[in-house]
Amino acid sequence: MSHIDNSWLLRVRNLTKIYGEPNDRTLALTGPEVNSNICPETESIVACAGVSFDLYPGEVLGIVGESGSGKSTVVKLLYFDIEKTAGAAWLKPYAGGHADILEASGQQKRFIRNHLMGTVYQNPRDGLNFSFSSGGNIAEKLIMAGHMNVGNIRERASFLLDKTEVPVRRLDDPPAVFSGGMQQRVQIAKAIANNPPLLFLDEVTTGLDVSVQAKVLDLIRELQQELGIAMIVVSHDLSVIRMLTDRTLVMKNGRVVESGLTDQILQDPQHAYSQLLVSSLL
Amino acid sequence: MNIVEVHNLSKAFELHILSDKRINALHRINMNIAEGEIIGLTGKSGSGKSSLMKCLYRTYLASSGEIRYASRAGVVDLVTAGDHEIIELRRAEIRYCSQFLSVIPRVSAIDVVCEILFRTERNKDAARTRAKEMLENLHMPTGLWDAYPVTFSGGEQQRINVARAILSKPRLLLIDEPTASLDTRTKDVVIDLIRDLKKNGTSVLCISHDEYTLDRLADRRLHLQSGEITGHPADLSSGQMAEITQLN
Repeated sequence: MSHIDNSWLLRVRNLTKIYGEPNDRTLALTGPEVNSNICPETESIVACAGVSFDLYPGEVLGIVGESGSGKSTVVKLLYFDIEKTAGAAWLKPYAGGHADILEASGQQKRFIRNHLMGTVYQNPRDGLNFSFSSGGNIAEKLIMAGHMNVGNIRERASFLLDKTEVPVRRLDDPPAVFSGGMQQRVQIAKAIANNPPLLFLDEVTTGLDVSVQAKVLDLIRELQQELGIAMIVVSHDLSVIRMLTDRTLVMKNGRVVESGLTDQILQDPQHAYSQLLVSSLL
Repeated sequence: MNIVEVHNLSKAFELHILSDKRINALHRINMNIAEGEIIGLTGKSGSGKSSLMKCLYRTYLASSGEIRYASRAGVVDLVTAGDHEIIELRRAEIRYCSQFLSVIPRVSAIDVVCEILFRTERNKDAARTRAKEMLENLHMPTGLWDAYPVTFSGGEQQRINVARAILSKPRLLLIDEPTASLDTRTKDVVIDLIRDLKKNGTSVLCISHDEYTLDRLADRRLHLQSGEITGHPADLSSGQMAEITQLN
């Protein structure tokens, strides 16, 4: 089935982020084998290194690992929140997948962020402007992507809030007066406003109580099924990973230690760290 | 024609967090499944039945050996195929129906069943009608259709699983104890539904401890003992048969 090999949406190779001044031994002196991501010689920090994967259209990929394992770094690099140290990434709808998005100009990166990607952060304050109304937040994303007609923008914002089960009559309220679960749903509405083919979800249910968590997860599943958005779900919570994803990368000390089908990772983990993670599941 | 050919399949679990303890689950398994054939897989608990099934579905990574699967697009080794290839096969051809329902919070029974149909059926009302017919067939109380399966009994959850598996019309169905917690009336329905799939060309590997189900369903049986196939019960002497039945 060779046709499968070239149908990726996002291709990532050797994605690496190091803070500080590494030397040529930094990568060899860090990683899961030594259980550290701090270089003993230079004290540079390897947030992630050598991360490679392909994401297919409509696929949901999980990245799981403990705090500091580098899972959020991967998503932040791909969303241009931080600058890479090394590596490359290609996105099919951008230049037919022939140009490395990490090398794109600032203007091109803004275009990619506004048209081809959405992101939902753990903290709604990172994804929403709390001094705007919730409708205004969604409008901001739409305006950035070139929508100008106020009527159309309001209509789209109402549609999205309805879709994410936020009462439309609260369109003009700022997210600051919303509950945590509602803020998260406004953030999701904003992230999908331009129908991006790719959505990043970084610990989106962490800190929400279980009933609200279920509602947010349910919404994500529904959006994925209805709109066929490909997603990268970063979570330390294996239940979230189990519920949402087809495939999973397990990260530790900045490296991917195992990747596989999610049910395989959960039921037949190969790496010692994955085994520890799965055996710690409540 | 064989849809599945298993050659020398072995599976051992290496538990790195328990000082690399090794648990041998399957040892050099050889077996075939013909197109449209229903194989009953028997053996006592811990004999490797589920491990074999999970290796076929790639929930378990085999340690060695081959699983040649004749997909619509050509022969694939399920042991070494890429993850995306497996995802595609699971979507289009191979279905695993476990004994346990992995429930999704806040999704009603009817929607859990419909989810399978929505992948191919654009008309949502038509999909819902088919899902309802299936639940009715399986004697699911109508009061439960809109309820969340997390609170259901074992038999009710099992029927949701079976409904999903049947409606997805796979080419290869791997089904684990489909009738274990059902009454005879409902067992008969499940047996008939699986036989209908077979008529349409589906091959089935079915784990069961239930003589009633195996008698009516299986074209052939394979018996596992300590991770090895010990023979086809039809070929065994009555003494061996008695021993095996006792073990069950």
